[in-house]
Amino acid sequence: MAIPGKNSATHMIDQKHDLGRWRRATVVSTTKAASNVMAIRFAVEGWREDGGHKPGQHVDVRLTSADGYMAERSYSIANPFPGDDFDVELGVELLENGEVSPYLWQLQPGEAIEMRGPIGGHFIWGTDMPDPLVLVAGGSGMVPLMSMLRLHESSAAKGADREVVFIISLRTIDKLLYADELAEISRRDARVRIAIALTESVPDGWTGYSRRIDAQMFEKEVGRLKGSMPDIYICGPTRFVEAAANLLVGLGFNTHSIRTERFGG
Amino acid sequence: MIINEGFKAKRAPNDRLPPGQYEETGFPVLSLGPTPLVPLDSWRFEVDGLVDAKISWDWQQFSSLPAEDIVRDIHCVTKWSKFDTTWRGVSMDQIISLAGVSPEATHIIAHSHDGYTTNIPIEDIRGGKAWIAYVFGGAPLEPEHGGPARLLVPHLYFWKSAKWLSRLEFVRGDRPGFWETRGYHNYGDPWKEQRYTYD
Repeated sequence: MAIPGKNSATHMIDQKHDLGRWRRATVVSTTKAASNVMAIRFAVEGWREDGGHKPGQHVDVRLTSADGYMAERSYSIANPFPGDDFDVELGVELLENGEVSPYLWQLQPGEAIEMRGPIGGHFIWGTDMPDPLVLVAGGSGMVPLMSMLRLHESSAAKGADREVVFIISLRTIDKLLYADELAEISRRDARVRIAIALTESVPDGWTGYSRRIDAQMFEKEVGRLKGSMPDIYICGPTRFVEAAANLLVGLGFNTHSIRTERFGG
Repeated sequence: MIINEGFKAKRAPNDRLPPGQYEETGFPVLSLGPTPLVPLDSWRFEVDGLVDAKISWDWQQFSSLPAEDIVRDIHCVTKWSKFDTTWRGVSMDQIISLAGVSPEATHIIAHSHDGYTTNIPIEDIRGGKAWIAYVFGGAPLEPEHGGPARLLVPHLYFWKSAKWLSRLEFVRGDRPGFWETRGYHNYGDPWKEQRYTYD
């Protein structure tokens, strides 16, 4: 392997998917996951037979208009495989003047779009990686990290013992995805610590951070894990990912244990 | 194919956009880990493999080589394209002639300071198609965009334009690189939409 990551074996692609194949993805349900994000669950043709996906991977979505115009976008997957009555959950942020996201937001159960994937062989995590897990999200960068946290939770229920720290940076609390689910995980699993940093305004009685991510925050939240070689995943807008990765490298975490995924812009 | 009733284009079709791409005016960043910071005083760039003489430049030497101004559209596999990007850099034709590349060489393997690699057929870097760029938009190339110097191969998807270039290896026979062994296409022609392995 080109990159001496300590878990490189898990990064080999072993799924059977033909990535070139556009599949019919039928909406099973849609739920608001945050004020600006819709969680859309799909049943995807052949997904189970072909081996599903891994936490951290994404799919390409394609829309075709009646006159033949096509638009493609990439979206991260929010669920571990398999889901209960669905295959793939996307967390779709509504973009002002967006071309694709407003259409996805108004989809109803039973309607279908085209999807292909899963894509990505580096920004992925699996329960065969026993070390502590550090997840760092900016805004809707939470989506692929939720897939990892949810897989961890199902393995923890079967006895896996792993420390998880999830650091989330948001402008305001209404942008928090899956708030109820995160609160439930915090209550249930003492080994999972969720730290939220709000950068614009805070609700009354807020006890979390009210500032941008910084070295002091990271030292307090994850400094103790330095010696235990955590696997670190950072996802969000470019500037955020850049800042978070540099902070962690600056605190002495191994560059090769840090995997990043950046949104455009 | 599924027709999505009610879906309408919000952007005008554009012949400059390869299939599945949209125009982006910012400059998004795609990389797999933290940005390596490579100070100019310790920067080195090496050319080796099937060459007459292995060459190693320091920054002073490399930035003294004759350079060209380049204006090209670039296309990222994550679906954004950016038009008329402006660069300055050293053409690969010049590197090939300085190093005396053997006729046996069929591919280059580009190596980056963070351990990243990518493979490109040699015919795709000859004839004014590829450069080693160190200026973007009139300013020194920023670290997050691959500075001090990156490969620039604008006719292929942009992951082939390796950032933080440290070494070019001329080889006989193909050797798929980092993304090419992780589900992405071995060649990566945006106009044929060669995104993934089986495209």
